[in-house]
Amino acid sequence: MRRAAVLEAIASGWSRRQRARHADADLIRLGLFVLVALLAAMTLSPRHFFSAANFESMAFTLPELGLLSLAMMLAMFSGGIDLSVVAIANLSGILAAQILVRSGAFPLAATLGAACLGLAGGAMAGAFNGLLISSLRIPPILATLGSMQLLTGLATVLTGGAAVYGFPEPFLALGNETLLGIPIPFLIFAAVAVAVAILLGHTTFGLRLRLVGSSRSVAFYSGLRLEKVLFSSYVVGGLLAGMTGLLMAARAASAKADYGTSYLLQAILLVVLGGVRPSGGVGRVPGVLLALAALQIVASLFNVLRLGNFAKEFAWGLLLLVVMITNTVLDRRAARRPATTSLSNAQNKEKTP
Amino acid sequence: MIMRHPNRRHEAVLSAVLLVLALFIGLINPGFFSAEAAFDLLRSSTVIGLFALGVLVALVAGGIDVSLPAIAAFCLYTTALFGGAFGVADHPVLALGLAGLTGAVLGTMNAFFIHQFALPPLIVTLGTASLIRGGLLAFVGTRIVTDLPESMAAFSHPAAFAGSGPGGAPVGGLVVSFLMFAMAAAGVAFLLGRTTLGRGIHALGGAPESARRMGLPIARLRFIAHGLAGFLAGLAGLAHASQMRNANPFDLVGTELTVIAAVVLGGASVAGGRGTVTGTVLGVLILVLVETGLVIVGLSSQWHKVVLGGILLLSVATTVRRVSRAAWREGMA
Repeated sequence: MRRAAVLEAIASGWSRRQRARHADADLIRLGLFVLVALLAAMTLSPRHFFSAANFESMAFTLPELGLLSLAMMLAMFSGGIDLSVVAIANLSGILAAQILVRSGAFPLAATLGAACLGLAGGAMAGAFNGLLISSLRIPPILATLGSMQLLTGLATVLTGGAAVYGFPEPFLALGNETLLGIPIPFLIFAAVAVAVAILLGHTTFGLRLRLVGSSRSVAFYSGLRLEKVLFSSYVVGGLLAGMTGLLMAARAASAKADYGTSYLLQAILLVVLGGVRPSGGVGRVPGVLLALAALQIVASLFNVLRLGNFAKEFAWGLLLLVVMITNTVLDRRAARRPATTSLSNAQNKEKTP
Repeated sequence: MIMRHPNRRHEAVLSAVLLVLALFIGLINPGFFSAEAAFDLLRSSTVIGLFALGVLVALVAGGIDVSLPAIAAFCLYTTALFGGAFGVADHPVLALGLAGLTGAVLGTMNAFFIHQFALPPLIVTLGTASLIRGGLLAFVGTRIVTDLPESMAAFSHPAAFAGSGPGGAPVGGLVVSFLMFAMAAAGVAFLLGRTTLGRGIHALGGAPESARRMGLPIARLRFIAHGLAGFLAGLAGLAHASQMRNANPFDLVGTELTVIAAVVLGGASVAGGRGTVTGTVLGVLILVLVETGLVIVGLSSQWHKVVLGGILLLSVATTVRRVSRAAWREGMA
């Protein structure tokens, strides 16, 4: 435990207490943000916002972006980025669809098989990314940019560019039914979020990943096997993206190579909003979950305001920049206050492309 | 100049690949070996080429810019809309100035965010791309301008070697926009390779902290590099509009990936500080040739993305060997 604490301190460049204060500040800031957005939504259109239908539709759509954001978070936590999450999701959905459209008399078996194939496809795509990044030492930006093209291309070739549909009932239930009154996608997402939170916050793997993200050289000289840690994180990310693909296919009752392309920017925005620093090593799952809630409220606010798709694109971009700037300004203020800040940490971040 | 050796070797390999590709395509379709086909190839590499020069400058300065196509769309549309309406762009030079300047301003906006708040260039430019494109479509307009001002259309007029088609109208030949690309390439090559400013940009991208301690004006270098990238994007937008003979604000989305693939194929490093204009131009030509080749071989357009992604990964995987395992572990690359 002592060693863990030391590693953690090295990893963040902050003392444990500083880091806790920092993380709490992030959460408080986000909480305020949620509150303001909520108040705005309430005053502007209480009847629309507080309807049961609105909450239920949120609970069906939100898990997709949520799972993608967790995948993105894993990559950014290690100091990388994963531009291929949406591509992986679509490919997984299409792979699953190959079994689903041939389900015939065995809908349940087909659903199980399709889910397995989709998840396996996602994990394999993630492993491909991991291989490129850890073994071939390709920078994550380029590796995932390339695999995004490659996988979207494969998905297009597999489907001829058209949507695949005609799925059996049990699979569709995955995206459209409720269990005990709670939408199934939401249940899945909640379970996965808890699992990822435990993985990152309470396991050796999570600690190692944090260390790799904060300082690769320190991680290396601490005797960590960088390649293995990075590889595993991208496999998990691929698995999460694959899961998203299944949910997307189930909810839309179809799979297509170019579904959900707007999710990519939103996932990055969400992760940054959630307090994960793009330079790596800093971030917690609860922050990302709060950010997801905030973003969902903002999205319904946009709908209430009848913002068009282009105005939304503008607003998301603006929000991303504003959030990053706020984080930097507050980080700098926090770094100036206590005596024991690490100068080299701040300098390392300068270098990250 | 220490880096000259690996660059030269890489460029030789690229030239060889280009030659083999050309021979291969020519064998399948002998019509490929004609002046007309060559001019065609050069014309279709103009827009990507201008973007690639912009990305190259950003990469050498240690950044990356995925907002260039959005900037270009903004420039071409506003130039067509306002330049034509108020007569600010009555002359091709004025149109060029207007588009280029708009691009430069948007580019420096990127530099401002990246420099002032020490933010990662990829995420900043993802954000500004969304901001610029969304802003253009939401607040400026979505209607395609079909009556392009003559000053913009002039960029696709033949400048040299034109033949005459039916009715004596000039056909084919080198178009003005390609000459613009050639001049831009020469200008960027001179700037990066032969000036103190270029050395400074290399230093900034190669080792920002050392550059700062040497007393280099980091802020100015960043602003110049990203401003120049934006300027080149403005020119690319102009070239694109003149080739399409309209100004469509929806155009050019998604080109950023092709462009980055071309620049990286040309040997530039995303870690910064490394990259040449020669390599970049070769990378662009190879990608354009591959696309032509795919069409000639008869592979459906669905395969293009697969091939593009494959080329990108293959080229990075082969060039990245220059990064030693030790340096990677130290987090230096």
